[in-house]
Amino acid sequence: MSSIEERVKKIVAEQLGVKEEEVKNEASFVEDLGADSLDTVELVMALEEEFETEIPDEEAEKITTVQLAINYINENLA
Amino acid sequence: MSLEAKVALVTGASRGIGAAIAAELGKSGAKVVGTATSEKGAAAISARFAEEGVEGEGMVLNVTDADSVAALLKTVQEKYGAPQILVNNAGITKDNLLMRMSDDEWFDVINTNLSAVYRLSKAVLRGMMKARWGRIVNISSVVGQMGNAGQTNYSATKAGVMGFTRSLAKEVGSRNITVNAVAPGFIDTDMTRELTDEQKAPMLAAIPLARLGQPEEIAKTVKFLSSDDASYVTGETIHVNGGMYMC
Repeated sequence: MSSIEERVKKIVAEQLGVKEEEVKNEASFVEDLGADSLDTVELVMALEEEFETEIPDEEAEKITTVQLAINYINENLA
Repeated sequence: MSLEAKVALVTGASRGIGAAIAAELGKSGAKVVGTATSEKGAAAISARFAEEGVEGEGMVLNVTDADSVAALLKTVQEKYGAPQILVNNAGITKDNLLMRMSDDEWFDVINTNLSAVYRLSKAVLRGMMKARWGRIVNISSVVGQMGNAGQTNYSATKAGVMGFTRSLAKEVGSRNITVNAVAPGFIDTDMTRELTDEQKAPMLAAIPLARLGQPEEIAKTVKFLSSDDASYVTGETIHVNGGMYMC
C-alpha cells in the first residue's frame, strides 16, 4: 500500500494531467499546476473516492495545495 | 440516433410532454427512469413503460425536496447506474394576475419549475463529469420569452431556466456535458386544456402552422439534444412552437 502522500500526488497528477514529479508538496493547484475552478472540484471528488470519505464544501475550498490535501486526509482519515 | 445503454432521468413523466419524452428516449434504447409525485403515479409510469416496451420504471420524486432528490439518485445509481441524460421537465402553473397573486402561488411555481432544475442538475453532474459525457435538457416555455398576462411566476421560471442553461453550459462544456433547453409553444396537454377558449383563440390565430403542437413533437427535439447528433449544440434554447414566436 502506498503512503497517503503518494496516493494524493498520483491523483493530482492524473486529474490535472501533469507529471508526477511536478506535483511538489507546496504546489498550488491553480497557480502552479494550471487547474481551473472546475478542475479543483473534480480533484476533491477524486480524493473523496480514493479515500472513501466525504469532504464538506467549506473544507474543500481550503484545500488549495498538494500539502493541504495530504494534511486533510491525514487528519481526517488516520 | 441511438441512445443505447444510456440511463435517462425524466422528471414529471406521468403525462403530457414528460410522458412523451420518456417514451421517445425509451424507444431510442435508453433505460428511462420517469418520476411522478406519488406511488400511484410511479406505478402507472412503470405499467406504461412495460406496455410501450421501454426499459426502466417510474419512481417517486418530490422535486422540491432535496432529500427526495438524493434518495432517488441513490436508487437510480444502484439499479441502473448514474444518469447520463437528465430531462428537467416537471413543472406546474398557478396562474394569477400579479396584483392578486399570493406568496404561495409565486414560491410554489419558482420552487417546482426553477429551483428543482438547480437541485436535479447538481445531483447528476458528478456522474456526468466522471463519465466525460452528459446531456441536460431543460424544458422551458415560449412564455419565458414572450411573456403572458397571468403568468408572471411561470414565465419568470421559464426565462430563468434559459439563463441557467446558458451558464451551466459554460461551466461544464469542457467535460463534454451539454446543457440545452427546449421551449415548447402551445402544446396539446392537460396544462393547456385548462385554458379557456377565450384564451386559446388569439393564441391559435398567432400560430403560422395553425394548430397546437403535440407532446411527441417536443419529445423528438429532446431526443435530438440527448443524442450524439447534437454533440456540438450547447447553451441553446430550441423553440418548438409552430412559429408562434420567432427569435
